[in-house]
Amino acid sequence: MDLSFTPEEEAFRQEVRDFFAENLPNDIRNVVKNGGELTKDHMVRYHAILNKNGWLATTWPEEYGGPGWGPVEKHIFDEESCAAYAPRIVPFGLSMLGPVLQKFGSQEQKDYYLPRILNGDDWWCQGYSEPGAGSDLASLKTKAERDGDEWVINGQKTWTTLGQHADWIFCLVRTNPDVKQQEGISFILVDMKTPGVEVRPIKLIEGGHEVNEVFFTDVRVPLKNLVGEENKGWTIAKYLLTHERTGIAGVGFSMLELEEVKELARTVIRNGKPLLQDPLFAARVAQAEIDLEAMKLTNLRMLFTAQKQGAPGPETSILKIKGTVINQELKDLRRRALGPAAAPFPGSFKDSNLDVAPQGHANNAARYFNNRKTSIFGGSNEIQRNILTKTMLGL
Amino acid sequence: MNFDLTEDRQMLADSLRRYLNDKYPIEHRNKVAYEAPFHDDAKWAELTELGALYALAPEAAGGMGGAGFDIAVVFEELGRALCPEPVLGALMASRILTAAGADQEALLSGATKYAVGLGELDAPYDLSEMSTVAKGGKLSGRKSVVYGGQAADVLLIAARDGDSLSVYAVQAADASITGYGMMDGAGAAEVVLEETPGELVLANADAAIADAVNAGIVGLCSEAVGAMEVLHKMTVEYLGQRKQFGRTIGTFQALQHRAVDMLTEIVQSRSIVIKAASELGGPDAARYCSMAKNLIGRAGRLVAEEAIQMHGGIAMTWEYPGSHYAKRIIMIDAQLGDTDYHLMQVAAA
Repeated sequence: MDLSFTPEEEAFRQEVRDFFAENLPNDIRNVVKNGGELTKDHMVRYHAILNKNGWLATTWPEEYGGPGWGPVEKHIFDEESCAAYAPRIVPFGLSMLGPVLQKFGSQEQKDYYLPRILNGDDWWCQGYSEPGAGSDLASLKTKAERDGDEWVINGQKTWTTLGQHADWIFCLVRTNPDVKQQEGISFILVDMKTPGVEVRPIKLIEGGHEVNEVFFTDVRVPLKNLVGEENKGWTIAKYLLTHERTGIAGVGFSMLELEEVKELARTVIRNGKPLLQDPLFAARVAQAEIDLEAMKLTNLRMLFTAQKQGAPGPETSILKIKGTVINQELKDLRRRALGPAAAPFPGSFKDSNLDVAPQGHANNAARYFNNRKTSIFGGSNEIQRNILTKTMLGL
Repeated sequence: MNFDLTEDRQMLADSLRRYLNDKYPIEHRNKVAYEAPFHDDAKWAELTELGALYALAPEAAGGMGGAGFDIAVVFEELGRALCPEPVLGALMASRILTAAGADQEALLSGATKYAVGLGELDAPYDLSEMSTVAKGGKLSGRKSVVYGGQAADVLLIAARDGDSLSVYAVQAADASITGYGMMDGAGAAEVVLEETPGELVLANADAAIADAVNAGIVGLCSEAVGAMEVLHKMTVEYLGQRKQFGRTIGTFQALQHRAVDMLTEIVQSRSIVIKAASELGGPDAARYCSMAKNLIGRAGRLVAEEAIQMHGGIAMTWEYPGSHYAKRIIMIDAQLGDTDYHLMQVAAA
């Protein structure tokens, strides 16, 4: 048993910390700190800054232009980027499609797409969910039919995160309707500029525009846009999901959130005293802190296993479940700490100096509502429980 | 970073597990745990020979371990077997004797059984509220629910001694000791002191007592993790066997998800014990031990109650082993500070 990081790992942590201190632009940092909406320009600039240092594709091996980090370096990078109020790297090209192409793509696909992802030439989005296929993803209906040297795609995708910025979309489509659901799915790349692709925004619960519907009407793409074998897309989908699960505990974000909650509760006055001196509120914060402390260790234990075995195990679903629940609890405390001052719609005080929330907390209610998504996406927490039932309990 | 046990600790864990499986099966355990004197002298001697007590003290004090992870390994195995022997008293006494620089060969060899009297009726957890006093080497007061007190040869008693706390060794024969059995098995005692003679072990003992409590918490939390894992396994096996409505009840999602939630909390429990064990003896030990005791109090209640509920009537019987695991897991919360007490310790920090 040894919970400490090696001197090399600690030196790496310092290097990452210094990097963010020197290179993260203030305007981007402030948007993250204040819980505002990041624009495409923010993200493109941020990605370029990381890429210049070779740190953008954190999960890629060196041969494809990644830093070649192991799970521990990746973990340290994630923690430090959170602590610096850096944005989350947009995952669709970098941590989803990239690894898929590296494992299943043709040489031509790798040579063309991977450098473009790194250089920010293409913004990717994910075409998985459909109105009738959420947790039951394999029931998806969007179909692709061969016609000469093209696929013809018809159907609808939804919850397409940041699709409004996207140049390309990777899609799961049905290429054989006559076999078992999982055996008739293929993984196809679609240029968003292709005629017949239409993106419509979905306004989210807190008012933000993050996700979209994407409609496909007789969309024609070349046959070579198929990744891997025809009708083997489900294997790719599952591979991508295991990649999505690393770092899913969001420990770094929750650590930061905890500090924000405490700082806020020292500022907010209730009954003539700082809220953090209220025994009930302090106890609620303490309980979240305890759960998070255990989560930190659970995360490290699973990192250790991943490092030893070369891949994360099925127990990482525990990280998804518990990590999202803890983060949601902290978001709730942060909202609740403000009392009625959490209620005014974000931006209500842009023309006055009567702000009711302390600097950086005007969006606390919006963050709370937006964050409810985390226990739904990436395989809902109920789906994670189904996975654990099979893999860990054997039921 | 390495979460594997060292070879020595793994060997100790393996040998304790084998021994307890063979020699302390649940039938024997229940016989010992619920009948006076709530302790088995022969098994105590054999456990000691396996090194269960030597592992609790550092080499400088005559032991072979004494680190948080040594304690965790021993108590996890005790928990898996629901072993009722008074090892907790030995552990906490050993910490105090180590701090005092006193000889403890009699303790580590198992020849002399120790219990530690800290809590009182009106102050079970908060030592600053203690009312037992020491005056001129005589102790007056009452120590309540002293675990292992019914079987102890020597009691280490904490008492107010001027501005600080001191620890005195009281021979069992010199005190008024009323032993009894516990709902969850094993024994304890009320220790009434009326100008009872004691031998000063350590003056200005506040820090040493706090350290003994922290070590005890690491032990109890590890015991809980061991017991929870066994009870969870029993529950999952039962879900896979019990049939109702023509199918095994483990095919019902309502039960599957709850069994997963138990697992999640057990994983979290093990994590926080690892953290607490790693900090034992350091400046932040009390904080992480409070975190562990709080989290495990909550997890333990969930695991025990859900295990009973998912088993149905069978877990309400004395005959079913799972019911005894559930009882022990629940009642651990009442030792050395419960869920609420430790939550407030963390909140106040």
